[in-house]
Amino acid sequence: MNLRPLVSLLLAGAALSAAPAMAQHQGHSMPMPAPAPAPSPAQALQQSDPHAGHAMPDSPAASDDKTVDPHAGHAMPEGSMPAPDAMAGMKQETMDHSTMDHSTMDDAMPASPGPEMETPPPPEAGSGPPRAADAIWGADAMRASRDDLRRESGDFPVFWFQGDRLEVHAREGAEDYIWDFQGYYGGPTSRFWFKTEGEGAFGDKPESAEFQALYSRAIRPFWDLQAGIRQDLAGPDTTYAVLGIQGVAPYLFQVDAAAFVSQRGDVTARIEAELDQRITQRLIFQPRVEINMAAQDIPILGVGAGIDKVEAGLRLRYEIIREFAPYIGIEQTWRIGNGADFARARGEDPSATNYVFGIRFWF
Amino acid sequence: MNTPILTRRHLIAGLGAASAFATVPAWAQGHSIHRDQGGGHGRGGPLIPAGFGELSGEVIDLTVASGHRIVEGRRGPGVAVNGSVPGPLIRLREGQNVRLNVTNELGSDTSIHWHGLLVPFHMDGVPGVSFPGIHPGQTFSYEFPIRQSGTYWYHSHSGLQEQSGHYGPLVIDPSGPEPVEFDRDYILLLSDFTVLDPHFIMSRLRTGEGYFNRQQNTWTDDYPLSAQERRMWAQMRMMPTDIMDIGSPTYTFLANGRGPTEGLEYLFRAGERVRLRVINGSAQSFFNVRIPGLAMTIIAADGQNVRPVEVDEFQIGTAETYDVIVTPGNAEAYAIVGESMDRSGMALAMLASRPGARADVPALRDPPLLTMGDMGMDHGSGGMDHSAPSADTGAKEAMGSAGAMDHAAMGHTTPDASMGASDDTMAGMAMGGMSMAGMKMRDTTLLPPDVKVGPGLDMVSMSPVDKMGDPGLGLRDVDHRVLNYRMLTALEPNRDTREPSRLLELHLTGNMDRYMWSFDGRMYSSVSDVPIRFAWNERVRVKLINNTMMAHPIHLHGMFFELVNGAEPAHQPRKNIVIVQPGASAQFDLTANEPGDWAFHCHLLYHMHGGMMQTVTVVGPGGAA
Repeated sequence: MNLRPLVSLLLAGAALSAAPAMAQHQGHSMPMPAPAPAPSPAQALQQSDPHAGHAMPDSPAASDDKTVDPHAGHAMPEGSMPAPDAMAGMKQETMDHSTMDHSTMDDAMPASPGPEMETPPPPEAGSGPPRAADAIWGADAMRASRDDLRRESGDFPVFWFQGDRLEVHAREGAEDYIWDFQGYYGGPTSRFWFKTEGEGAFGDKPESAEFQALYSRAIRPFWDLQAGIRQDLAGPDTTYAVLGIQGVAPYLFQVDAAAFVSQRGDVTARIEAELDQRITQRLIFQPRVEINMAAQDIPILGVGAGIDKVEAGLRLRYEIIREFAPYIGIEQTWRIGNGADFARARGEDPSATNYVFGIRFWF
Repeated sequence: MNTPILTRRHLIAGLGAASAFATVPAWAQGHSIHRDQGGGHGRGGPLIPAGFGELSGEVIDLTVASGHRIVEGRRGPGVAVNGSVPGPLIRLREGQNVRLNVTNELGSDTSIHWHGLLVPFHMDGVPGVSFPGIHPGQTFSYEFPIRQSGTYWYHSHSGLQEQSGHYGPLVIDPSGPEPVEFDRDYILLLSDFTVLDPHFIMSRLRTGEGYFNRQQNTWTDDYPLSAQERRMWAQMRMMPTDIMDIGSPTYTFLANGRGPTEGLEYLFRAGERVRLRVINGSAQSFFNVRIPGLAMTIIAADGQNVRPVEVDEFQIGTAETYDVIVTPGNAEAYAIVGESMDRSGMALAMLASRPGARADVPALRDPPLLTMGDMGMDHGSGGMDHSAPSADTGAKEAMGSAGAMDHAAMGHTTPDASMGASDDTMAGMAMGGMSMAGMKMRDTTLLPPDVKVGPGLDMVSMSPVDKMGDPGLGLRDVDHRVLNYRMLTALEPNRDTREPSRLLELHLTGNMDRYMWSFDGRMYSSVSDVPIRFAWNERVRVKLINNTMMAHPIHLHGMFFELVNGAEPAHQPRKNIVIVQPGASAQFDLTANEPGDWAFHCHLLYHMHGGMMQTVTVVGPGGAA
């Protein structure tokens, strides 16, 4: 950003501006004094903390655990340590002993001022929830603001909806539409998650369509465990129980893997992985793979045992804004093994290459 | 010695510069006030001008109302105190009593927290901790004696109102003489403006990873990252460019409410000593402040006097304040540059020898990158060299010296055992000659048992070193003098120099992807009833260990603490904010002598709302049986 030309255009602006002074509200006449008589904070605390002064149950084992230095005993290469003389000249207060090997250092150095081991607060620190303000303003007056603060500080719900793929598949003689949406409502570790996807030929009803309603629970920093049901909305009426994981794998692969058990007892699974590669701040190259598997042949659905279907696509999208990005790409689909036989039996080509274009959006 | 009257006049002159942008707000002319029903972040209502007036005395009336703001032609939501952003300068004198009547004309609750002021806890202004908040239509009277002097500020502690402009400067003149002479006294309040509703920002931080970062590493960037390093960052599922969660163009950085092209200027005559009271009143931004061609002498930090120390640049974390003295020379003008830490933009003001005089504005420097040291892997440089004023010497040296270390000997899992065993293990990546084989970026065995290990914790600093000597991200390798915490020493000796009787260790934890932030792995929502407790007058050393890759400005309400920065205990600098550098630790000593419940939190607004907050309870003198 070159500010020079802009700066040169600036107004002098040195004259005093009266506006801010005029904007002041002098003389509002509805002060609401603090409820009287307001006890002093010290008194309030005595009242509000019935546990103050009670001896806290002391747990020596726990405090021992707390004070374990995880770094103690790590071998430090000798070459990287300053000579004892050099250490003596240091300001001891600033030493971070946790990074040092105490087994060799303790002899060479005087003790640092300040405690090194964490210890629990003394009994005089009291116990129980913080309620000092209740003694001054009243518990009833405080309740709503306490609830508000708790609700808005950390675990609050957000809504997210993503149209990951809304696209047209074009190949010689056929044009299909595809949708693949998902979203959630909930806090950072506990969410209601829904997914829907399907496809069909233009002018026809969807050939396949499904909707999943899942409870999604964070089990690892980057992974959610998801469980719920899936209902197929096209083809044979099928309902599944779903168990899956979704999250971000190392190298930033977005992974969604789930197993499905239908009401007929068939077991299938699906793994999807996407990788966003930023070419520029707005242009993103995305390889995508989806593998569908089955534990058995499912003739009614035309699904073959083993790996039934593989899709591999490359998409290039441009984020006009973060939430809206049109894309183009190419995708190859293979039906494999018995799945290929099912496809041929239905007069379909087990292998197809599609040009794709579509939009990715979220909010 | 400065003449107070002259000083004050000049102060006002500084505030009122760029009058062309300041217009009288509608409600000051008797128009009706827009009342929204939400959080007060609508873009309707009257225009709220930039800049501020001044209030002083024993009784001060303040009104919080909403409107809209226009910065460099962009219209955004506004929540303003007395109809301007920043709100009026509140100028008090040490030893006086003050009653501040705050009227809420918003459609939602509001509050004012007096940042850095020693007040009775129930006057501290944190809804849900110290008082019930100020409901719509109510007037609340804050009343307390002024027990200190220096440069402070005030801001909302309700919802996300601070982002929309609910903040202002607060200066307390000492009852005795100033320790430093100066001819002019100016306020430079840095902040961040956005056209967006702050609740939208919070939501996008949760749902859209890197949503506000337009400086991400790409295939075509200019970052000095090797392919190997890029793979390693991707493997860790982290962004080396995550310096600030939000940068330009989402933010326009402001000086006293004005954008960089809106002409804030401070007049000077050559040779005068100019005091600049720099306040970081932003919601979520760090600034690197410098005045090309002028040295700055730091005389106070967070309102407390320090022994003068001369620097060419300093980083000011969110909610910190620094007072500096500059002595402009014969140049016609000097640029005061407040470059955002991620270098996506700058706040700008001018020291001008005549109205309209302008100096060259330096271009933005290249954005910094996080290094392995910011993951707490900095064994080589910061870990051992405590005598150097700048302990962390930057990526190159860190890598160079770290290369000598045999990490396999550190006793973490061996490479063979950990390969593929856990996705937290960095599988055999080498970086700058530093073998990362077998190192885990989330080795939870390094954590004490009182830290909750769960999805809200995505990283554990492997070897958190004290980085009091770190000038801050992006300033580790500049070729001029940069402030760091080791250079601060208290001017007046501390009253309490007792050896701390215990250590309290708090871990700063988070999950970037889910945008969860916490102390010891627990967001405020789950520990609102579990305070950090101190006994009356207890002297405690608090060690903060940052297990995240972001710098957190940690703020304790109600009390000053003293940074454990190598100074003798009597001169450890008093502060109310300490920046804990990524992957590093920081310590302060606290005398718990202000009874009551106090908020303790990261002063990055969206981190606080992401959960990085806890209540501190200090039991009163009679509390002990």
